[in-house]
Amino acid sequence: MGSYVPHSDADRKEMLAVCGFEKIEDLYAHLPEEVKLKDGLDIPVGMSELEVRRAVSSMASKNKIFPTIFRGAGAYKHFIPSIVKSVIGKETFFTAYTPYQAEVSQGVLQSIFEYQTMICELTGMDVANASVYDGATAAAEGVAMCKDRKRKKALIAATAHPHIIDTIKTYCFGNEMEIEMIPEKDGKIDMDYLKVHMSADVAGVYVQHPNFYGTLEEAKEIGEIVHEAGAKYILGVNPIAISVMKSPREYGADIAVGDGQPLGLSIAFGGPYLGFMACTEKMTRQLPGRIVGQTTDNSGKVGYVLTLQAREQHIRREKASSNICSNQALCALAIGVYCASMGASGIKEAAIQSTSKAHYMAEELEKIGYTVKNNGAFFHEFVTTSKAPVERVMSALEEQDILGGYPLSNGTILWCCTEMNTKEEIDKVVSILKEV
Amino acid sequence: MLIFEKSRTGRHLTLLPKCDVPIVMPEEKDTRTLDLHLPELSENDISRHYTELEKKSRGVNDGFYPLGSCTMKYNPRINEDMAALSGFTEIHPLQPQSTVQGCMEVFKTAEYYLTEITGMDHMTFQPAAGAHGEFTGILLIKAYHTSRGDTKRNKIIVPDSAHGTNPATAAMAGYKIINIDSREDGCVDIDKLREVVGEDTAGLMLTNPNTVGLFDKNILQITKIVHEAGGLCYYDGANLNAVMGTVRPGDMGFDVVHLNLHKTFSTPHGGGGPGSGAVGCKEILAPFLPKDMVEGEVGKYHFVNAPQTIGRVKEFYGNFLVVVRALTYCMTLGKEGIPEASSHAVLNANYMMNRLKDLYDMAYDEVCMHEFVMGLEGLKKETGVSAMDIAKGLLDNGIHPPTMYFPLIVHEALMVEPTETESKEILDEAIEVFRKLYHDAKTAAESLHMAPVSTPIGRLDEVGAARNPILRHKF
Repeated sequence: MGSYVPHSDADRKEMLAVCGFEKIEDLYAHLPEEVKLKDGLDIPVGMSELEVRRAVSSMASKNKIFPTIFRGAGAYKHFIPSIVKSVIGKETFFTAYTPYQAEVSQGVLQSIFEYQTMICELTGMDVANASVYDGATAAAEGVAMCKDRKRKKALIAATAHPHIIDTIKTYCFGNEMEIEMIPEKDGKIDMDYLKVHMSADVAGVYVQHPNFYGTLEEAKEIGEIVHEAGAKYILGVNPIAISVMKSPREYGADIAVGDGQPLGLSIAFGGPYLGFMACTEKMTRQLPGRIVGQTTDNSGKVGYVLTLQAREQHIRREKASSNICSNQALCALAIGVYCASMGASGIKEAAIQSTSKAHYMAEELEKIGYTVKNNGAFFHEFVTTSKAPVERVMSALEEQDILGGYPLSNGTILWCCTEMNTKEEIDKVVSILKEV
Repeated sequence: MLIFEKSRTGRHLTLLPKCDVPIVMPEEKDTRTLDLHLPELSENDISRHYTELEKKSRGVNDGFYPLGSCTMKYNPRINEDMAALSGFTEIHPLQPQSTVQGCMEVFKTAEYYLTEITGMDHMTFQPAAGAHGEFTGILLIKAYHTSRGDTKRNKIIVPDSAHGTNPATAAMAGYKIINIDSREDGCVDIDKLREVVGEDTAGLMLTNPNTVGLFDKNILQITKIVHEAGGLCYYDGANLNAVMGTVRPGDMGFDVVHLNLHKTFSTPHGGGGPGSGAVGCKEILAPFLPKDMVEGEVGKYHFVNAPQTIGRVKEFYGNFLVVVRALTYCMTLGKEGIPEASSHAVLNANYMMNRLKDLYDMAYDEVCMHEFVMGLEGLKKETGVSAMDIAKGLLDNGIHPPTMYFPLIVHEALMVEPTETESKEILDEAIEVFRKLYHDAKTAAESLHMAPVSTPIGRLDEVGAARNPILRHKF
């Protein structure tokens, strides 16, 4: 069996003696017999490192790695600079705990402070937290932030990612906020419905922009309608898209949320990712999760600490703004390194290439009889009809090691391009589809 | 110096080729006009910046880290290697199920190990952290009562020794919280529990061993009282590292449990995350589990949604790469190694406690589990040296301090959890440091008020940070 216990027999004997025991089992002698497990655990015996390596690697080999991916729908394969993996592989960073002891955690704290600044810059908002679990939980926490004594209802765009909608609903089943869906009309939210349903009990409105179909919503106008009714505007965004598209601030958002995965995190079968949350200064005290602030030490030296903890569970217990007590620190670190190595110009370049390639692909697909269904502008995802049954299209692509777009329930396909997709790959997809 | 202050206009890495298709820009009404300030650096600048930050941080690899309730055990490197396999990192979460059989096997195999270790029937890996697991578990309880039309059950019972996340979780799930005082020995007061349970009891949240490091011997009676009142029992798995292979939450009468894979199952904490708060439950709660549970046999796995699912608590299937690490650990240790880890965690804690109890007051002078709590109230009264001062003194001696001021029911608490991966020599050194600091408190209290002096920075002004928050760099 494998073991990470360093005790020699002599150590064990001596240590047990100090405690007044003879055998290791004596440590549990005071536990009631009736709860003890009688025959041990029914799991396989342990293995050597080489055996474990073989067993787990064999599981990994049962997955198919697609070298070419045209699928997004919440997980985006972007370029990741080598320096990102090298930094998050530093042992002290990945083996550290939450930076409670600030004097020996300045590195982690500073990296989070830098991350918060980068998220504020990207979103244009005043304040960002140290991150939450992922984009969907960021959206759900964003909705919960808006709840107050008089306003307990949230309007949620039906055009958002279905998994995000699911997550918001689950959180609201918990906190008992009422949810009303803003229906879809031609691939965008129904603006007339929104106007009519902005009642005085609406606390917040969540809209994803670009939406699940890649389409740009009327983000600015929505914000005006929401604010006129005195509610808060939660905008879900793609962090790469907002480097060239209007930032949440420019659209009038009170809270900006999204998944940070595109900024240097592997697609990794869905996680770990990171949820970013940023808001206006006014809403700072409603922001959940860890926040790092700058301060000074007893000799006036600048340093960083976890701050505004009066919002949090370990102080407030049942009155806390959320139960969250961690962040995705290592992912936040990766995002910091990504933003530093790409720079503003690099992220903008990735954004422009993504949207340019998506538009090129859309045009090429239209040439062979696929119809683009997006109602208006899209960013790097778009929906087309399919000329052949979708399963056949997908398997034809899979045979060529290409992961095609995401099949939607109505027989259409949601495609995605990033800077990773070359013109050659796009042309290849088009030529394969021509034959299906 | 902040990374932004190192920026030089025009400096950059060469990362992307030129665009090979015609450029398309967003329409003007959607084009960003706001400036975007991100650093402009060379790769060397970046590498050195983060190396400098690493030196100003502290991980398990730097030394003893006996942070109570956090289980800072060694993070095996094979786990990291396995999580870095491209067959895991390069897999899209929405690939056809036939192409992700390996990922599904990871989930199913981890479920097999962990349900056996906890005595549960099912496990979901969707929750990303302990608090997230608590939330998921309490929602399962809520969905169970709701499905039976039993809507008057609106209260969750939480002992006053509980982690702060327990009451915060119950509140997030829409419950009222009944706090019950612990007995003097830190365990649940059976009489008080009997008084508060009733038709409005949705459930009880408990850790066992509890947060003072003791095993509550009345556990079967406790869970029975809650069940007889129609409530369900939630096990906070934060302290599971004490008892694996000896007792199981399922056998103690718990209906639902969350595990911290980043504590008990050796996956690294990453400076605060990502972790994984896997949730196990008994059959009665299975109809409510989050979406996308894995079912089937090797090579034929598929995702299913439970009939009355609570929905999703996260966008995809959880922190998958963390689960890969935890599975690697379980497979490495196996049938004998898992109980060995727990028993030696208990041995290390008892050894340290016994070698310190002639000087320091132990909050509870009996056999502890994987951690023990010292109460420094007496020392503080006598010398003015607080738990905080001792903690900061430890920093000057290369030891990460224990958890401070928790649990709340012990004054001037220091909660020490050595974990099983520390050797006797390391513990002996730490014991000597603790003993030296005790004597320093008696003879040179002032020096401890000033500690730490050898760290990159001294004690920070936390009050000032909260009063005048500076939460980002301004350009």
